[in-house]
Amino acid sequence: MSFIALIDYDMGNLLSVSKALESVGANLRIVRHPIEAEKADALILPGVGNFGDGMKHLNENHFVPFIKDWIAAEKPFLGICLGMQMLMESSEEAPDVEGLGIFPGKVVRFPSHSLKVPHIGWNTIDVQNNNPYFQELSQTPWFYFVHSYYVQPEDSTIIAAQTNYIVDFAAALSCGNLLATQFHPEKSQENGLNVLKHFIQRIQ
Amino acid sequence: MLAKRIIPCLDVTGGRVVKGVHFVELTDAGDPVEAAIEYNKQGADELVFLDITASSDHRAIMRDLVQRTAEQVFIPLTVGGGIRTVDDVRLMLNSGADKVSVNSAAVNHPNLISEAAQRFGSQCVVLAVDAKKVPGEQRWEVFTYGGRFNTHLDVLDWVQKAVELGAGEILLTSMDADGTLDGYDCELTATVSDAVSVPVIASGGAGSAEHLYHVLKEGKADAVLAASIFHFGTLTVRQTKEFLKNNNIPVRL
Repeated sequence: MSFIALIDYDMGNLLSVSKALESVGANLRIVRHPIEAEKADALILPGVGNFGDGMKHLNENHFVPFIKDWIAAEKPFLGICLGMQMLMESSEEAPDVEGLGIFPGKVVRFPSHSLKVPHIGWNTIDVQNNNPYFQELSQTPWFYFVHSYYVQPEDSTIIAAQTNYIVDFAAALSCGNLLATQFHPEKSQENGLNVLKHFIQRIQ
Repeated sequence: MLAKRIIPCLDVTGGRVVKGVHFVELTDAGDPVEAAIEYNKQGADELVFLDITASSDHRAIMRDLVQRTAEQVFIPLTVGGGIRTVDDVRLMLNSGADKVSVNSAAVNHPNLISEAAQRFGSQCVVLAVDAKKVPGEQRWEVFTYGGRFNTHLDVLDWVQKAVELGAGEILLTSMDADGTLDGYDCELTATVSDAVSVPVIASGGAGSAEHLYHVLKEGKADAVLAASIFHFGTLTVRQTKEFLKNNNIPVRL
């Protein structure tokens, strides 16, 4: 039976991601080792917390080569928050740690400003070029964010949506069957569920 | 633009909402899950469950409530009350909470903040502070155990230390304003908001939509917590947000 593999690497709350995906009809399996994910139709990398810890846990659970091969084979992939940031080569949060390096570019901290960091709460996104993952959103597409760092891809054409907070930054990346979001679709009510729904629909 | 957040708070004991929630539509006004679903429909930006008894046998009931809410409500959920150890934090997060608020235990053992932040990330560690003004002085002191114990810690010193340790947000309750319905303590809120780099959630004293406006504007709060005004059904979350929007406060509508 077909299923979506949700990677459990001890970084953050899997339960809200799994409940949100199940509510839009996903058949989900939580996986702790690549072997369990080999036959999946799609791979989801959630995560909150520190970039260095995240990469360490992915390495310990042997997911690093697996994820790289998976994305190279252009199979469906969704990265959320830290799961988006780790797609880059490196992060200012853990300068000595190597990221997955799927996309050239790095993760940087919001510059010092009168506005608060972390960026916590609901902000609107500006969808680029009628992106297929961001259809049927409400008129002002609010999404829930919680982060202090954001991605800076060298190739700006992969940016699927932008948000402004202190600076304009990439709220989502998409490239073929890959989608990555800085916001939390699982915590963004109807709009978030809609994005998850479109991700699932494109698999089937 | 980042929206100011409106956060209803549900005081829970033994799995029931304290005093009940006065919504006409609810069949069971005392069920926190039903109340959470209704607040979600009204456009609440987040929800807080506060376990006001927090005895160990109530903990399992709370986890069950959190889990049932997380299955149906897809907005951030914070759980507080009686969180004493990193393991308590872990159990609440595993049940579906997105954030956990710590209060007395963090004052007694500040390492709880740093350990929880290191283990689960600062984004899920909310420091709850009960603040009371020192009579005749321009400063506030931290109280613990539901306001029963004066720690004599200065509020500004404590919140700054907690942020250094890794607290991701401050939930600031004015004990002087709490329960009065006369409005938030804007002076306290602005003072704390200016002193820390992380968001401040104002709490205590909300009696009208105007009160929310003032603490978001003059009080420089990033979010507001309110209980009574929403529970009594006098105002819905949506009505409150419409009022704020009409007064140029950015809200999610």
